[in-house]
Amino acid sequence: MKIKTQTNRHIYWNPYFGGFLLGILIIFTFYITGRGLGASGAMKSSVVTIVDAVTHSHAADNAYYKQFISEDKSSMNNWLVFETLGVLIGAFISGGLSGRIGWRVQHSPKITSKRRLAFALGGGVLFGLGAQIARGCTSGAALSGMAVLSTGGFITMLAIFGTGFLVAYFFRKNWI
Amino acid sequence: MGPLIPNGIIPADWDSIIAILIGLVFGFVLEASGFSSSRKLAGVFYGYDFAVLKVFFTAALVALIGLYYMDYLGYADINLMYVHPTYLWGAIIGGAIMGVGFVAGGFCPGTSICAVAIGKVDAIVYVIGIMIGVLIFSELFFLFQPLYEGSFMGNITLMDSFGINPYWFIFIFTILAIGIFALSDKIRSKVKKVFY
Repeated sequence: MKIKTQTNRHIYWNPYFGGFLLGILIIFTFYITGRGLGASGAMKSSVVTIVDAVTHSHAADNAYYKQFISEDKSSMNNWLVFETLGVLIGAFISGGLSGRIGWRVQHSPKITSKRRLAFALGGGVLFGLGAQIARGCTSGAALSGMAVLSTGGFITMLAIFGTGFLVAYFFRKNWI
Repeated sequence: MGPLIPNGIIPADWDSIIAILIGLVFGFVLEASGFSSSRKLAGVFYGYDFAVLKVFFTAALVALIGLYYMDYLGYADINLMYVHPTYLWGAIIGGAIMGVGFVAGGFCPGTSICAVAIGKVDAIVYVIGIMIGVLIFSELFFLFQPLYEGSFMGNITLMDSFGINPYWFIFIFTILAIGIFALSDKIRSKVKKVFY
């Protein structure tokens, strides 16, 4: 068993199979709930909840936070937060079955882990900012938007991948 | 018939439980497709691994074809589905910032959560980064507000924007995607292999 998980560690599903199942899941999600998947929404809810807990008056004064605060319901009581909890569990099960669980910093052998972590932090800050401006990330805006032919979804998808290819040259040392 | 919860066929109380189950499958599929690895994800930008492209466009097309087929057969009403709203400049500028963040950090929010679940420290740092990004946006909301709320065009679809027939669009988009998949395999065979 040990040997099997050792050799299977970097064997992933066929991408078309994974994509097909993901597409079926999106159909199912729209069919049941009338809306798509999401990911960055849960992080926004977490930030709103933390700021609200630390300083309620500040959160209530801010035009952005106050949209997501309600008196009778926690901002963590939200569809996307529950969905994200499910993502954590599902990914943990999949990783566990293939022996991929363990604390590590994954990076190219050409760079140090410190450099990797610094770029991960910076990339996260940019992605968090961009996802708020575009009202959704790759899952919520691009993927779920494209599934119902949303114009905004297609524009966001083109902007994310287009810019990614444009700037890839400047980050090449981190990856290749 | 569908969508079931907005039409009251499944009571809204089930919403949260269904959310966890849907998330569970979402996380499992993403992780099993290799999306918990930033080096695999970044491969699409350098041509050594096109898993992101293949999974992403296969999923979008399967969903698109399936939803329109269900609408055509009368199982679900596509007009009741939530259409992501279009704020033209918000989508372009926000998307561009996300593109830089994607190449720099190697994750997007959904994939970073999968990587957190299997213990990747870089993904934990990335999620903290996202939360800082959200905080910066919210604290400086007065600066971003014109961009965030401006150039609103409604919850429009490509049919509203360009007056195209959805069935023809889906057909052409599918042919285009198959061509891109074939091209990506060609590019990959020419690019130096990266092992990770």
